[in-house]
Amino acid sequence: MTEPDTTTIDINGYPTRVWRKGSGPKIGFLAGYGGLPRWIPFLDRLAETRTVIVPSLPGFPGGDRGHSVLDSQLDWLLAVRDLIDKAELAGGDLVGSSVGGSFAAELAAVWPDKVKRLALIAPFGLFDEQAPATDPWAQKQDDIAGLMTAQPDVYKALKRMPSGANSIEWPIEQTRAAEAAARIFWPLGNTRLERRLPLIKAPTLILWGAEDRLLPTSYADAVVRALRARTETRIIAGAGHLAELDKPDEVAAAILSFMS
Amino acid sequence: MKFLWFHLMPYKELPEDFKEKHPSVWVDIHSSLFDPARAHHMYNEFLDELEFAAACGFDAICCNEHHSNGYGLMPSPNLIASALARRTTDTAICVLGNSLALYNPPTRVAEEFAMIDCISGGRLIAGFPVGTPMDTTYAYGANPSHLRDRYYEAHDLVLRAWKEKETFAFNGRYNQQRYVNIWPRPIQQPHPPIWIPGAGSVETWRWAAEMDYVFCYLSYYGYKMAQNVMQGFWEEMARLGKDRNPYRAGFAQVVGVAESRQQALDLYSGPAEYFYGRCLHVDPRFAGPPGYVTEATQRAGIESQVKLAAEGNGGSGPSTNASSATKMQSLARDMKNIVANGYVIVGSPDEVTEQLHELATTLNIGQLMLLMQFGNLSSEATKYNTRLFAEKVMPKLKGLFADWENRWWPRPMEKWQRATLPAFMPQAAAH
Repeated sequence: MTEPDTTTIDINGYPTRVWRKGSGPKIGFLAGYGGLPRWIPFLDRLAETRTVIVPSLPGFPGGDRGHSVLDSQLDWLLAVRDLIDKAELAGGDLVGSSVGGSFAAELAAVWPDKVKRLALIAPFGLFDEQAPATDPWAQKQDDIAGLMTAQPDVYKALKRMPSGANSIEWPIEQTRAAEAAARIFWPLGNTRLERRLPLIKAPTLILWGAEDRLLPTSYADAVVRALRARTETRIIAGAGHLAELDKPDEVAAAILSFMS
Repeated sequence: MKFLWFHLMPYKELPEDFKEKHPSVWVDIHSSLFDPARAHHMYNEFLDELEFAAACGFDAICCNEHHSNGYGLMPSPNLIASALARRTTDTAICVLGNSLALYNPPTRVAEEFAMIDCISGGRLIAGFPVGTPMDTTYAYGANPSHLRDRYYEAHDLVLRAWKEKETFAFNGRYNQQRYVNIWPRPIQQPHPPIWIPGAGSVETWRWAAEMDYVFCYLSYYGYKMAQNVMQGFWEEMARLGKDRNPYRAGFAQVVGVAESRQQALDLYSGPAEYFYGRCLHVDPRFAGPPGYVTEATQRAGIESQVKLAAEGNGGSGPSTNASSATKMQSLARDMKNIVANGYVIVGSPDEVTEQLHELATTLNIGQLMLLMQFGNLSSEATKYNTRLFAEKVMPKLKGLFADWENRWWPRPMEKWQRATLPAFMPQAAAH
């Protein structure tokens, strides 16, 4: 696994990290809950045949304190549009997971020209009283990993402080990512995304970890019911909420096949 | 020195196995544990106790705000304060306070506090806490990432609503109101004294100093644990060029006084263990919603932990920088350690006097809040504690800090200007 190229763009005055790796047609990725404090194998799989571009969401690792000036859902959506434009992803294929999945769906709904084909991995944005989503912000610290991935060690490894990192700033950055998600999705994760899903024009792949303990797989059905575009659904066995971490090969293969 | 008698209003009949059988006293405490008919008696006893404290000569009686909480039955402290305004005459009424960001619109706080100030003839102390994570973000669903900014904005709105003479439009980030014009308006001009309950956050200290408000450290862990926080507070005051007027600061302390130390231990051990064991049993899931603690405070907390670790000193007891719910997890819960750690001050009048003298002088505290009903302490014992304190302890400490001016105390109407409260005679209604 080699490191990606890193550039910095400006989003509302905050320096924002963009990773880029591979060659071929562009494919963007918006990260899920907790963000990406380091490069992950899933992105390498995509980079084997595509140019992978990964802009950080505001407040996520690499996104500085960009969340702090976003008060409304419209503020967030405009920031994500700016992110997609400045990362040169407009008009390309787009993948979003969890929190990032919600933004990818909103973007494709409101500005259909920005997204050619869409893949959503267990997106935030819905809430079903009959099958309530787990509260990710009311967890013992040790329980977060098991909520995010089927194999807790995978999430722990993603979040583990690398040697040489700033031991004060690293944990603050991880908390900031949880805060950034809370800033728009507190308390239920419900932005009534189902009302915009019918506006999506791009063919859409819905991926869901069979062992998602945060958003039950019944949410996949609700997303599919609301979509009007051509849609495929893949339930990934052995994967939790962030399926791209548990099953990088399988999730990447499903996306690449859908977008070929 | 000022003595404020502070009631938390705990539910007094949580089961003995509460800590083992139930995950939390707060947020998701089970409704089956609440018996409204028992609460009827508890509320009335609590109000009796507050009125009794006023009659014993305490300078103020205090109440506060909690939600979905088994040790604090006051979702609306203003209801309690208004009842107290009608049954007391000269005692200050300290509401500590209203969690500003939870009121929509926040002018509701300006209105209700103005009502209490009018009814009481200008005896209100207006407290403005941010509110705990359990109360604000979990029980009330407030967004932790917006909470502090909302709080500061609500404060600005309430202050303007009290001060401005003309109807005005408020164009805030979170609140927009075309016509702000509160009726009634407070007796105390330009506004009642403002006190800010808080913990070890430098930003809060600075803000309280800049606004010239009282900072109250509401800890349940006693004055020995509070040394670091209050030392930090006074160092910050010095850096800001503020004097060491002890009335700038308040502190809450659990106190149990009896004729002898042994009698005090016999009387107060059970209720203290009830308080620390059952009342402060909070699920660590609710310890720290992200964004509630500012990054500057997180940074200071991590730095001090790193420093302690480097010095090979893990510290004992709850860290002053830990979140309140995390602290509660590491509490001592048996009387021997509750006393040894200094959470409570119990003893004979002389012993309690000596320790409170040490508290007041080491922390430099002029506004002393006393928790004299705690846990399931009976009403009878609470009144005994209160009366004995008023007779044997208070007179010996009252003169402390006599050289300083308490600029943060209510300025009520002159006695002759105030309404006469009729005696309460319910039997008259029957005729």
